Amino acid sequence: MTVEFIEIARYPYILIVALLLVGLYGMTVKRNLLKKVIGMTIFQTSIYLLFIQGATKQGATIPVLDPALGNEDPTLYMNPLPQVIVLTALVVGVAITAVALSLLVLLYRRYGTLDEVELLRRMKEQAS
Amino acid sequence: MSQIPALIPTSLLLFALVSLLVGLRSARGAQLLAVAGMLFAFGVSALGLREVAFGGDTLRYAVGNWLPPIGIEFVFDSLAAYMTTLLTFTGAVVTVYAPKALAAETDGRQGMVYPSMLLVLAGLTGMCVTGDIFNLYVFLEVAALAAYALLALGERGAPVATLRYLLFGAVGGGFYLLGVAYLYFAAGTLNMAELATLLPELQESRAVIVAAVLMVLGLAIKMALFPMHFWLPDVYTNTASVPAALIAPIMTKVSAYAIIRLWLDVFPPGFFTEGVPIAAAIGWFSAAGILYGSVLAIAQHDYRRMLAYSSVGQLGYIGLGIGLANPIAMVGALLHIVNHAFMKGLLFMVGGVIKLRTGRTRIPEFVGIGRAMPWTMVAFTIGALAMVGIPPTAGFFSKWYLLLGSAEAGAWVWFAVIVASSLLSAIYFFRVIEMIYRDPERDSAVKDREPVEADGAPVSMAVPIGIMAGGIMVAGIFNVLIVRALLESVVAPLAGGG
Repeated sequence: MTVEFIEIARYPYILIVALLLVGLYGMTVKRNLLKKVIGMTIFQTSIYLLFIQGATKQGATIPVLDPALGNEDPTLYMNPLPQVIVLTALVVGVAITAVALSLLVLLYRRYGTLDEVELLRRMKEQAS
Repeated sequence: MSQIPALIPTSLLLFALVSLLVGLRSARGAQLLAVAGMLFAFGVSALGLREVAFGGDTLRYAVGNWLPPIGIEFVFDSLAAYMTTLLTFTGAVVTVYAPKALAAETDGRQGMVYPSMLLVLAGLTGMCVTGDIFNLYVFLEVAALAAYALLALGERGAPVATLRYLLFGAVGGGFYLLGVAYLYFAAGTLNMAELATLLPELQESRAVIVAAVLMVLGLAIKMALFPMHFWLPDVYTNTASVPAALIAPIMTKVSAYAIIRLWLDVFPPGFFTEGVPIAAAIGWFSAAGILYGSVLAIAQHDYRRMLAYSSVGQLGYIGLGIGLANPIAMVGALLHIVNHAFMKGLLFMVGGVIKLRTGRTRIPEFVGIGRAMPWTMVAFTIGALAMVGIPPTAGFFSKWYLLLGSAEAGAWVWFAVIVASSLLSAIYFFRVIEMIYRDPERDSAVKDREPVEADGAPVSMAVPIGIMAGGIMVAGIFNVLIVRALLESVVAPLAGGG
């Protein structure tokens, strides 16, 4: 039974790695630039999930030292730092996505397509 | 607790905000504020530099008065002082240079460019002063985001190139963050000084090894270390002159700095050289990058593209200094960060002047520029000679330290690479020098080409170029002073068999 328990505990990590690979696949293989940006977002999300998953604890509670709330045992606290990190990293991620999307808007207005190959072809056409 | 470390990035952020508000009305006002902000940050850095170099104390600042290792700590030691002084100086010079080139190359709303320049500087100086590995990630992305906005300015190809850079950069940042996660779960802290005391016991741990590899890989993508340089040539070629002159000299170097910082101050001594051969890997990739960049630079006809490939090669020198893993080569790498910043800044600024006055960017069309703008071309020649590495320009000394380092390490292949690439860069720079001084009237080979008829550089551009050219000479002549006062203490950890 112990073996089974370890296996279950590892599932989230396997899923996170799968998600990371899905993101990288999207960024490298997809031809549509919007899909590349979506892939980038999935890639970043998997990293956030790793932080959250690493800090999860069964039966843990908020990290506030207050006997009135019944929290007196520090070992039961959920470590808040990874979640704060993710919160910060999320903001960074949102900003990156926003810049990427604004570049996409610019590109679509200029060339009328987001397909990478077609876009490069039209760029050459306009240049010559 | 000293205020200096915190004052540098925060003052730049504050100036960015104010210059954004002013920039809505007046581009001129925004530019003046940007220059003021960068000069202020430069002044603070220089003060700090003096204190660190001659007082010998590392300046520390605990953000929000949360003492480390719980809170975020800003650390201002010799290495950080060296970097921030360089960054703010380059930033100030480029900002002075900016208005004429921007007016010619962008349509309207130049007021928005200056806040972005300040934000790039805030991010980069933040990376240098922070003593917290996650905080470094945040500053890394602050700098990168502002840089994306700047680089998308320019010719028609600029947004596509920038989007590619953004995707690469996001993966690089992502890998770094992933490394931070592993390191945090292995050691339980994010503070660099605390990590340095904890990691020696953990260096056999697989999580720590994976963390080191991921962090260095992420930073190497951001640094455009060969073969992860693919985003760089397109970006530098297509962007406007001002972002190129700001980003090309300093942005990639700060990622190189971050690798050096991780190596010297976070991971245990010898970890990068013995445990996992990270240093050797960086060294070999750099050696390949030097040759690749130099050879492709020869093949380019576009001036800016040539500079971009030459950047790939020059970044290799810094990587090689990291790879050699002895104090003298590391001194060479650190010196090369400054020297290359001056040289590339100068060369991209000269490119901007040529484009402004003649509209030309292709080297074969540069015929006769030497007569049209003699002083600018003198500056260009100084920059080119420094890139080749001719004494007493600064470029000679960093290569000299690298050669000494590789001789000491017995790395004769890398020794040969450095010598060979000097010859290659001589080829591609003398090609340009030859072209600018050719006279179509007397030289039959270029008879059919139209010589340049143009004025010299305007004062606002000539002065920054002159300062950069002076910087190359000064950094060359006073290199011993820089090494003695600052860098020897930085590389001291390597001397002990590391």
